[in-house]
Amino acid sequence: MKKERVVGLEGSFAVAEAVRMANADVIAAYPITPQTHIVERLSEMVADGDLDAEFICVESEHTAMSACVGASAAGGRVFTCTAGQGLELMHEVLYIPSSMRLPVVEVIANRALSAPLTVWCDHSDMMAVRDIGWIQMLAENNQQAFDLTLCAYRIAEDSEVLFPVMVHIDGFYLSHVIEDMNLPEDEEVAGFIPEYEHPFTLDPDKPVSMGCYGPPFIYPETKKAQEVAFENTISKIIETWKAFGDRFGRHYAPVEKYRMEDAKIALLTMGSCSETAMLAIDELRAKGEDVGLIRLRLWRPFPFKELREAVKDVEVLVVLDRCISFGMGGPVCSEVKSALYGLQKRPYVVGFIAGLGGRDILIEGFEYMIRSALEKVKAIERGEEIEMEMIGIRDGEGE
Amino acid sequence: MSGEKIGWKDLEIGAVVTEPGSASVYKTGDWRSERPVRENERCIKCGICYIYCPEACIEEDEEGYFEANLYYCKGCGICAHECPRGVITMVEEVEE
Repeated sequence: MKKERVVGLEGSFAVAEAVRMANADVIAAYPITPQTHIVERLSEMVADGDLDAEFICVESEHTAMSACVGASAAGGRVFTCTAGQGLELMHEVLYIPSSMRLPVVEVIANRALSAPLTVWCDHSDMMAVRDIGWIQMLAENNQQAFDLTLCAYRIAEDSEVLFPVMVHIDGFYLSHVIEDMNLPEDEEVAGFIPEYEHPFTLDPDKPVSMGCYGPPFIYPETKKAQEVAFENTISKIIETWKAFGDRFGRHYAPVEKYRMEDAKIALLTMGSCSETAMLAIDELRAKGEDVGLIRLRLWRPFPFKELREAVKDVEVLVVLDRCISFGMGGPVCSEVKSALYGLQKRPYVVGFIAGLGGRDILIEGFEYMIRSALEKVKAIERGEEIEMEMIGIRDGEGE
Repeated sequence: MSGEKIGWKDLEIGAVVTEPGSASVYKTGDWRSERPVRENERCIKCGICYIYCPEACIEEDEEGYFEANLYYCKGCGICAHECPRGVITMVEEVEE
């Protein structure tokens, strides 16, 4: 049955292959670095007749998402992709498909936000859209970019889900890097994403009103319904990932652990730098230290239960943020702290910010974070307040 | 079902509304602070107020006069502004 072949593909092309195999009906996207190769590759596929889809050349990301909302409301299987500033321009419309329960699939090639002008990777764009009500997950390599994009359609269109899904792939680190990966044959993917029918579509024979006006007497009820349905998607996400694992042999979970057996100190990461973090853990383990790695695969809905389970025997949890919430610290760290606050027994949580605007996080960086976190924990135990630390920042002379 | 009684469990997916024309249940006339009053003697029954009403709440009665339905009239005053004969006056609503 297994007919996968190993190919060298850059992350953007891997995503495009997944969209092609999912048989998307409508693609509406605007090119922006570092996502451009995805939309370029898809436009080639449509032009060459390899993908029978409507390719809408839009004039902005705001329009891209608006077109996706319309196409999805008409019952189509939809794809778009963007990055950084493009995601910001799209922001207003992002709340619409999640509130209207339209299963749009989008890939973000994560990019830092201006100013200063940058095209390089960090997670500022992702964190700015954390509250939009989309299911959000992260890939660490090109294989996962492909796998998660494919899974995104099955998750989004599940009759008990019907929410949009966003797959984050780190800009350049994945979007522009060629890696070897297993690419299944089309016939092997066939059937993995079943035909789907939304219960409500723009159908003249069955007319409905979508996106109606919601005065104060009904708006809170709509939000309650949305939140309950959204929280319930976790079990369906896990179910799809299990079905994927059974079929393709690659397994995903909301929270993934690496060398966490007996770990007293754990590092928590998201995205492509997790693979560097694994190397750092290997080196520290070789020196006999009880360290392990926890990666958040699923960012929304937040995997509370899985995270609490993963850290139950951990004494110090070191959280990396690739984003800064000005005046607050790292958004991931603050969410992790809030997720653990209600526990009787919980680890010390120490946050670091690194990797902003494409600055590489090296193995030494992770080793430093762990060493520094242990010092900070001693300070906490002495009753001192610790400050959030941005690592690898030059002070200069200040003259 | 009246909107005020709908619970979150009663809503369709995505708060889709399946009942056609349900906006008529929503009495926008509650918003009004002024209501249009017509002077019948000078009215020529031209229907310009009917055409311009953004709420489409003006209807022709048996005598051919165009009358605003006060369940829906928001009191915007466009009918009074557009009336070529100036026979519509906006009168302040007072609590009874």
